Amino acid sequence: MKFLKLASLAVIGTAAAAGGIATATPALATDCIAPSDPGGGWDFTCRTIGRLLTETGVIDETVQTTNVSGGTGAVAFARVAGSRADDENLIVATSSVAITQIAQGKYPGGTDTMRWLAMLGADVGVLVVPADSPFQTLDDFLAAAKDNPSSMVVGGSSAAGGWDHLRLLMLAGEAGMEPDAYKSMRWVNFNSGSPAVTQMLGGQVQAVTTDIGEIGGFVQSGDIRILVAMSDEPIPAFPDAPTTASLGLEMTGYNWRGFYVGGDVSDEAYDGWVEKMKALYDTPEWKEAAQANGLIPIWRGGAEFSEYVDQQAADTEAVSREIGVIN
Amino acid sequence: MDTLAFLAQGFAVAMTPTNLLLALFGCIAGTMIGSLPGLGPVNGVAILIPLAFTLGLDPTSALILLSAVYYGAMYGGRISSIILNIPGDEPAIMTTLDGYPMAKKGKAAEALAISGVASFIGATVATLGLTLFAPLLAKAAIYFGPADYFALYVLAFATIGGVSGMNPMKTLLAACIGLMLATVGLDPSTGTARYTGGSYDLYDGFDPIVAIVGLFAISEMLMLFEGNLGATAIPSVGRVVPRMKDILFSLGATLRGSAVGFIAGILPGAGASLGAVMSYSVEKRVSDKNKTFGTGDPRGVAAPEAGNNAASGAALIPMLTLGVPGSGTTAVMLAMLISFNVQPGPLLFQNQPDIVWGLIASLYIANIVLLVLNIPFIGLFTRLLMLPQWVLMPFVLIVSFLGVFAISNSVHGLLVMIAFGVLGYVLRKMEISLIPVVLGVLLGGDMEDNLRRALSISGGDPWILVHSPISIGLYIATAALLVIAFVFAERSTPAPGTSHNVK
Repeated sequence: MKFLKLASLAVIGTAAAAGGIATATPALATDCIAPSDPGGGWDFTCRTIGRLLTETGVIDETVQTTNVSGGTGAVAFARVAGSRADDENLIVATSSVAITQIAQGKYPGGTDTMRWLAMLGADVGVLVVPADSPFQTLDDFLAAAKDNPSSMVVGGSSAAGGWDHLRLLMLAGEAGMEPDAYKSMRWVNFNSGSPAVTQMLGGQVQAVTTDIGEIGGFVQSGDIRILVAMSDEPIPAFPDAPTTASLGLEMTGYNWRGFYVGGDVSDEAYDGWVEKMKALYDTPEWKEAAQANGLIPIWRGGAEFSEYVDQQAADTEAVSREIGVIN
Repeated sequence: MDTLAFLAQGFAVAMTPTNLLLALFGCIAGTMIGSLPGLGPVNGVAILIPLAFTLGLDPTSALILLSAVYYGAMYGGRISSIILNIPGDEPAIMTTLDGYPMAKKGKAAEALAISGVASFIGATVATLGLTLFAPLLAKAAIYFGPADYFALYVLAFATIGGVSGMNPMKTLLAACIGLMLATVGLDPSTGTARYTGGSYDLYDGFDPIVAIVGLFAISEMLMLFEGNLGATAIPSVGRVVPRMKDILFSLGATLRGSAVGFIAGILPGAGASLGAVMSYSVEKRVSDKNKTFGTGDPRGVAAPEAGNNAASGAALIPMLTLGVPGSGTTAVMLAMLISFNVQPGPLLFQNQPDIVWGLIASLYIANIVLLVLNIPFIGLFTRLLMLPQWVLMPFVLIVSFLGVFAISNSVHGLLVMIAFGVLGYVLRKMEISLIPVVLGVLLGGDMEDNLRRALSISGGDPWILVHSPISIGLYIATAALLVIAFVFAERSTPAPGTSHNVK
């Protein structure tokens, strides 16, 4: 495995050299697995945090990002559990989306398979409608949904039962809709948030639930309106948008970003990583990068974070069971 | 005019020595990466992102480097299509159809020259379109809904029938095999695993580029085992400098290909591969009067190359103005922009004009650099043809294995590649064209996604598929093309009793 990887690097190196410029390859001590193709949210987590870890001097060497995509993170999860469970130089990007998959039994193992390191920030789930939509407020939307749930067509960036869809259903449930009613709202999945919003602007769906980070530009330009942000605190970029807390609803729809390491990593190495992540979290560079990407910096690390992950998995499993995504 | 002033400002940004050097390096690296089977523009851009960060480039310079790689890879993909009959990347598939036959006739240099010029014209058309109409076109693309996309894919598949020049039933069979293979993986709308046999590695289905390398490169190797190992690939090399006459002959094809490719590129998700497919099939319908397509007609090389370059330029429009990537490569560029705190979307042209216009100016520069670079490259690449097959093919095989491993980071990817190689060998033995299989794997997933989306919107009511003027128009076009093909086939069918099954 290792020599193949080196060889592939060598080929790329040769291509670069053939192109007239040879690039020096720095020592690769830390590996960050992004369980998605280049360009996804997990890829961003690895690449940005990997870069900042070096730039801010938290670690000396550079962080190499490896994309291991497949099964919404299941392939990377299986690979780490199978062959790199004790690799102390390996961190894996993860988020709420992965916990949803675990809770629904779509990963090879439960949350206890890995050691959960920390979350460094969170994207906030929002319910948005086009600027010319008849729904001015969340109440308008809910009134229409209660009236005739099967006429509501909502889109987002996950499959039915995925995190974007679950957040919508949890919101509807919290606002007093019955499971039978909110289950009959139509759900349309798109590859990510921006296509969902563009298709909404083209009149294909009435509303979209997804993370604010990717679609903030459409709110700024006035093309779409936030009916509610599923958070306790107002979103820094759009402080005037109503939140679930300000509307008196007891639910949040964060999509946190963080890392796990293999299940057999020693306490010493685990604690060392938690410390390093905390050191990075405390830098202004991270705050700046997070904010620019629509993330709210939030810290949970070590044991506290592990408990949080377990709790989230249990909650998601309960909701999934209630709405019939799993039996 | 505002646009011109902005563009001039863009050139001022792009013409600094550093940025010009980056564009040059990007063009060379891109051409190399594009020409290696398995490695395409997505990998090229992904590989160079860390370099952009390591060098501490500002967003504009980084974007210039990456777009030069992107355009370069589009140019490079055609090289192995023509010389080895192995597409260098997905959009170069159609170029094998006439490019390789041209090389076999000793016209490899002409094929490379014509496709190089066609690439230049296609990319120029797209860059001009991007300069003049980007915000307008983005608004139009919004009204293309899932049902319309589905109709577009139906049109693409309906036209495949005429593309491969083989028995129509075998073409249909091949397309069905491709579409069936595309259903492996997680169900797009419910997340349920299909045909994965419990393997997490199959959750995302088959990566089209891995399938292509297997089908073309590995099966080629297997065919070689049957004999003929000592032969030189192609005896004569031909002229190295393109003749004006040849270029003028294929100019019409180039312009038509550019227009078709540009339209396909604007639509998010359709991208360069569809652009190349549509350009080739349109050109074949328009120009193939003497049945020369598929036997080394230069117009069959010019059209898809103009098409895929125009489409890849046009794919930048939805990326910049909507934040919606039109292809895998633009998805990577989008991610990089975001990590530089540049937010693509409706406000990008207003908020960060120097980045946008610097990028557009650098596309013009990259395009010219590529044309100039590619002419001397022709001599270099055609020299590869003088190597005996037993030297050349093992090298291709090594590059294929390394390339596939580099993109999939797993042994699983290699096994899939080998399996597709065996499939390709069997299909070739049965004289079934590989192109429809590849198109099925490549486009089948998006086609299904859009069908499922449309049906989710309507709550399962199939009438939504013919509900919009766009989809109705596309179905009419499909029907018209099929009727024309049918009438054409009737007329050119030889007297009854003669075999209809000639290759």
